[in-house]
Amino acid sequence: MRCAPMSNNPAGSEANAIALNDVRFSYTPGHSILRIPSLEVPSGRRIFLHGPSGSGKTTLLSLISGILTPQQGNVHVLGRDLTRLSPSARDTLRGSEIGYIFQGFNLIPYLTVRENIALPCNLHAERHNRITATTLTEEVRRIATRLDIHANLDAPVTRLSTGQQQRVAIARAIIGSPALVIADEPTSSLDTDRRDAFLALLTEVTSETHATLLFVSHDRSLAMHFDQSLSLPTINEATTQDAA
Amino acid sequence: MTLLRLAFKSLRSRSLTTTLTIFSIALSVMLLVGVDRLRDAAQVGFSGTLSRTDLVVGARGGGLPLLLSTVFHIGNASNNISWDTYQHFAHHPAVAWTIPISMGDSHHGYRVVSTDENFYEHYQYRHDHHLSFAQGHLPSSLFDIALGAEVASRLNYHLGQKIVLSHGVEEKSIIQHSNTAFTIVGILAPTATPVDRALYMTLLGDEAMHFGWEGGTPPPIGEDAPRLDPSKLKVDEMSAFLLGTKSRVSTLYLQREINTYKPEPLTAIIPAYTLQELWSILDYADKTLSLVSAAVLVVGLLAMLIALYTALNERRREIAILRAVGLHARQIFALFLLESTLIAAVGTALGIAAVYGLLFVLHTTIENRFGLPVALVGLSTRVEIYALVTLVSAALLGAIPAFRAYRNSLVDGLNAH
Repeated sequence: MRCAPMSNNPAGSEANAIALNDVRFSYTPGHSILRIPSLEVPSGRRIFLHGPSGSGKTTLLSLISGILTPQQGNVHVLGRDLTRLSPSARDTLRGSEIGYIFQGFNLIPYLTVRENIALPCNLHAERHNRITATTLTEEVRRIATRLDIHANLDAPVTRLSTGQQQRVAIARAIIGSPALVIADEPTSSLDTDRRDAFLALLTEVTSETHATLLFVSHDRSLAMHFDQSLSLPTINEATTQDAA
Repeated sequence: MTLLRLAFKSLRSRSLTTTLTIFSIALSVMLLVGVDRLRDAAQVGFSGTLSRTDLVVGARGGGLPLLLSTVFHIGNASNNISWDTYQHFAHHPAVAWTIPISMGDSHHGYRVVSTDENFYEHYQYRHDHHLSFAQGHLPSSLFDIALGAEVASRLNYHLGQKIVLSHGVEEKSIIQHSNTAFTIVGILAPTATPVDRALYMTLLGDEAMHFGWEGGTPPPIGEDAPRLDPSKLKVDEMSAFLLGTKSRVSTLYLQREINTYKPEPLTAIIPAYTLQELWSILDYADKTLSLVSAAVLVVGLLAMLIALYTALNERRREIAILRAVGLHARQIFALFLLESTLIAAVGTALGIAAVYGLLFVLHTTIENRFGLPVALVGLSTRVEIYALVTLVSAALLGAIPAFRAYRNSLVDGLNAH
């Protein structure tokens, strides 16, 4: 397992999909959750970020996706310094350039599978413009076929199995080819067989759209599926400090 | 646009709660608007009871009792006025027409009004509506009688039937005018005014009925009433009369002249003014009803608030997903606000539509049964204000769960489980 590749590519923020620099974050003053001197994720790579529960994984992902801003330091995502963007500019960047997959219950319950998948394209013109099929309906069908959920397109999401729901989440995360796909423990609700199939599918489709994949889990055994693996307790000095 | 679709679909997915909430708001709006429409109808109907009559003249007394007894047939005239006085004003140069009115007898609780042909010619209601006969003609000979529309339909009477009147106005009178039966010669068309609830005969008919009576009582038992001699009949007095002037300008000075008439103490009232006065008394009841319906509306809106607020917790996950796909926190606020406004808009529209639908279907029934001319009442500014107030209050109340959702979206971020 390798740690934060600090010296790999020091200058080119273009080459890094994600670059954190001297980031400190705390929910309550004087109680740092994250203290990350440096974290770089090169573009187009599939990165596994490991950390036990409570190590600040979701907080880190919230910083990267622009939901939270650090008290100190910079967060560069896809060449943009999030700390210099307004909250709504960060929201727009997240919606148009980042696909996000949650642990479970990834879907809006009152939309059909088709509407759930199409949602980012309906909200963001950039993502709509990047679809490869001629119409959005065709694109949804194409992706759904690729992920083997095309038979359920018009079903209410509550009818789907957990595995199917997670595949719908992949479809929504990759439609309109966002440059970065973040997955936050997406396999914890799946059994081992389905987990491996899910991982294989996720890594395949993200490489098809040339997206950078940041995959977060507490389960180290998943690391072998990825190009590179990082350990949050190692890069986060706040944790070591608290432990000391 | 996407937000509106999301709000709509989200509401539709909770169809039971949404339907119930819409229904409760529709009901409250219906009550509020319904009370308002009926109030307007009541006012139109009420102030239209008597129109184009410039003065109502009776013996000295209060204006309200005079109007109530003469026009609404409620209570009794305090005193009678003499035929000479009536003649004096009937031939007054400023007076265009007069309608004599004499009351005192009844039939099954309905008043009997003795009057002359001027009544059928000059009595007007709701601006310019004249009386007309649905069947038959006006009473012209001594024992002719005409019926108001309600009297005829309730008692199921028809032309040519003979009826006996009771002395006094009680429903079960001990004295019946059984030896003087009257023949129904006419039935008036419905007017939705108190005219429908009375019987009409000639002034001399009234005298004929009481021929041979002394001091308001019939001849003692055993003593026969004298044979009726029509040539000896003459009208001595009457309860009141209605008066129309040649020029409205003279109304006030004529009123003053009547009120200060030396030979007999009289009261003259301007009916439109007194009707207004009477309405302002009755209006209290309506204000109370409006207040109650406003309170019901508040309850309806609170029900909506509760429904939206309790759903918030189970929707945290949904908010996190929407944030993940790039919705701004203020769009989350807007989404929740839209939901409450949509509910209120649909509820208000349904409520108003229901009122007008019901009024459309039931207006003839309401007019016939209650004498309220609801067909004359259109959309009013007040209804528009009610609709607007409902929408604005719903939006204001909706801001509470919306703000909570907004806060959740900031606090939870993508981390809602």
